[in-house]
Amino acid sequence: MLWNTLLLALRAIRRNLMRSFLTILGIVIGVAAVITMVTLGNGATKSVSDQISSMGSNLVMVMPGQRFGPGAVAAAPFKNADVEAVRSQITGARLVAPVVAKSATAVYQANNWSTVVYGSSNEYFEAGNWTLAAGRTFTEAEERSGRAVCVIGDTVREKLFGRQSPVGNDIRIKQFSCEVIGLLQAKGQSAMGSDQDDMVVMPLRTVQRRLSGSQDIGRLSISVKEGVSIDTVKAQLTLLLRERRNIAENEDDDFRVMDTRQIAETLTSTTKILTMLLGAVAAVSLLVGGIGIMNIMLVSVTERTREIGIRLAIGALEREVLLQFLIEAVVLASLGGLIGIAIATAASIFLANLMAIPYLFDLGINLLAFFFSAAIGVIFGYFPARRAAGLNPIDALRHE
Amino acid sequence: MSDAPLIRLSGITKTYGRGQAAFQALKGIDLAVEAGEFVAVMGPSGSGKSTVMNILGCLDTPTSGSYEFEGVKVEQLTRNERALLRRNYLGFVFQGFNLLARTTALENVELPLIYRGEPLVRRHAAARDALRQVGLEGWEHHTPGELSGGQQQRVAIARAIVTRPHVLLADEPTGNLDTRTSEEIMELIAAFNRELGITVLMVTHEPDMAAHARRVVRFVDGRVDSDRRNGEAG
Ligand SMILES: Nc1ncnc2c1ncn2[C@@H]1O[C@H](COP(=O)(O)OP(=O)(O)OP(=O)(O)O)[C@@H](O)[C@H]1O
Ligand SMILES: [Mg+2]
Repeated sequence: MLWNTLLLALRAIRRNLMRSFLTILGIVIGVAAVITMVTLGNGATKSVSDQISSMGSNLVMVMPGQRFGPGAVAAAPFKNADVEAVRSQITGARLVAPVVAKSATAVYQANNWSTVVYGSSNEYFEAGNWTLAAGRTFTEAEERSGRAVCVIGDTVREKLFGRQSPVGNDIRIKQFSCEVIGLLQAKGQSAMGSDQDDMVVMPLRTVQRRLSGSQDIGRLSISVKEGVSIDTVKAQLTLLLRERRNIAENEDDDFRVMDTRQIAETLTSTTKILTMLLGAVAAVSLLVGGIGIMNIMLVSVTERTREIGIRLAIGALEREVLLQFLIEAVVLASLGGLIGIAIATAASIFLANLMAIPYLFDLGINLLAFFFSAAIGVIFGYFPARRAAGLNPIDALRHE
Repeated sequence: MSDAPLIRLSGITKTYGRGQAAFQALKGIDLAVEAGEFVAVMGPSGSGKSTVMNILGCLDTPTSGSYEFEGVKVEQLTRNERALLRRNYLGFVFQGFNLLARTTALENVELPLIYRGEPLVRRHAAARDALRQVGLEGWEHHTPGELSGGQQQRVAIARAIVTRPHVLLADEPTGNLDTRTSEEIMELIAAFNRELGITVLMVTHEPDMAAHARRVVRFVDGRVDSDRRNGEAG
């Protein structure tokens, strides 16, 4: 009986190709949208957290001010003396990289490119996991005297030098010219979509003297020694900086000490909210798809009621008719679900590639979307049929 | 079998609607039909012919009275048992064909066999055979939309007889057809009755068609007005 009923259900699908197609289409679009959105969102989140953990789990960042973004209260920047104090007093720190960032335009011959100039020390490369593609990093003398030398990122090389080798050439930044001594290995896009290779790194002193004109330091990147607890280092840092910045007992910190895990959490929470938002929008499209199905099913209920009447009249049992409609609905809905999953997978892989984020297969959302679509199909395909199959055959036949 | 008739209706009434709007379409029908009979049911429009056929076909239930089929009281059967009765003993030809739309003649005809659980090969052979019997060889793969009214009526008849039912109930099987086609279809039904021993009850308005039957029951206003053998004086 099951086999025959399956046959009847498949025949009914074939017989109403247009209706079946529209039913499937609604589900396909909804399922594909939900899965793609959530998958891409997850990928973006993963990419952010990956990037941050690639900085090393033992990295601590210190920056002035309590909050990021709009509404941040301006707080006094760090000074060179703060760096020295941290270097000498925080014994758990393996290396301390002070960072100053300034945007500027770099010029080489006829090419110019506006980029960000970082002033730091050789520790900067180590803390950021940078490796050299060519040339060298700063010498101690260069750092100490603030000579006009720089290490450039791959994007800057491409924009200014094209195919030419940059090392040994001079580029102009603002009023001064500066020798390129090294080229960094390309890293590509960051989790937040910015180009990490779009930068020029110079000794801290050079930037302070020639670009920023002050002793200010934007932030400190501190790598914690192997075997030393990060929390201990963070506590020591907080204590030291509170003291140096004269913060009273009852006042809050006017700086932030964060380890990579916290940074990752801060950043991924944004992408997580985005994922949820996109998922919700997509869920609406799934719902709209469901309503479309309901519409199609209800419109066809007149014809189907007569069909049910015919089947009952020639000896079908109520449960056979119902099983047929159930199978029909389930086949259509799951076909739609499967096609939706296939399209979502293809689209997610393609878009993830385009956006340079990892593709993560999320079983949960696939199952959820699939079963939701199946449920829609069953509810809207089956329940109208149930009413009809409960009628006297003659009443079903007379239905208009 | 020999003493109990194949079909016995006693005191069947059917009331449509309730209260003020209630309308009694059948007002007490007593009728017995023996196996192998060919009965024509006649009467003016609205006299209750279709209503009684639907009750005989277990498509509808009477308001009161008793319907015995081969000695079984139909009103005591469950919904499913009545469905099985339709499936295994009855063939019904409707006034308005009632074929499945966009479904080929062959698939329409084999439908009752699918519900009977006949295996594919047997059911295809039987369906082709039935279509050949009604003169539709070569039209197996046409859908109702591609068939004329007469051809659709033949498909409906083929569907009714493909299961070799004990009783064929036909409600104006030639209602909308021209005289020649009507005559062919009547011959067909008469042949089933004659050669296969299928009991036939057939509603018709036309005396010419009724002439094929051996017994004519006339309905007037929800009652049996006359019941006579053909050949007796009218
Ligand atoms: N579903 C229904 N609801 C209400 N009244 C009905 C219904 N079906 C039939 N009737 C009424 O019952 C009476 C008998 O109807 P029936 O269809 O049996 O007539 P008939 O003899 O078959 O007529 P015809 O020759 O026109 O087909 C008619 O007066 C009709 O109006
Ligand atoms: Mg009628």
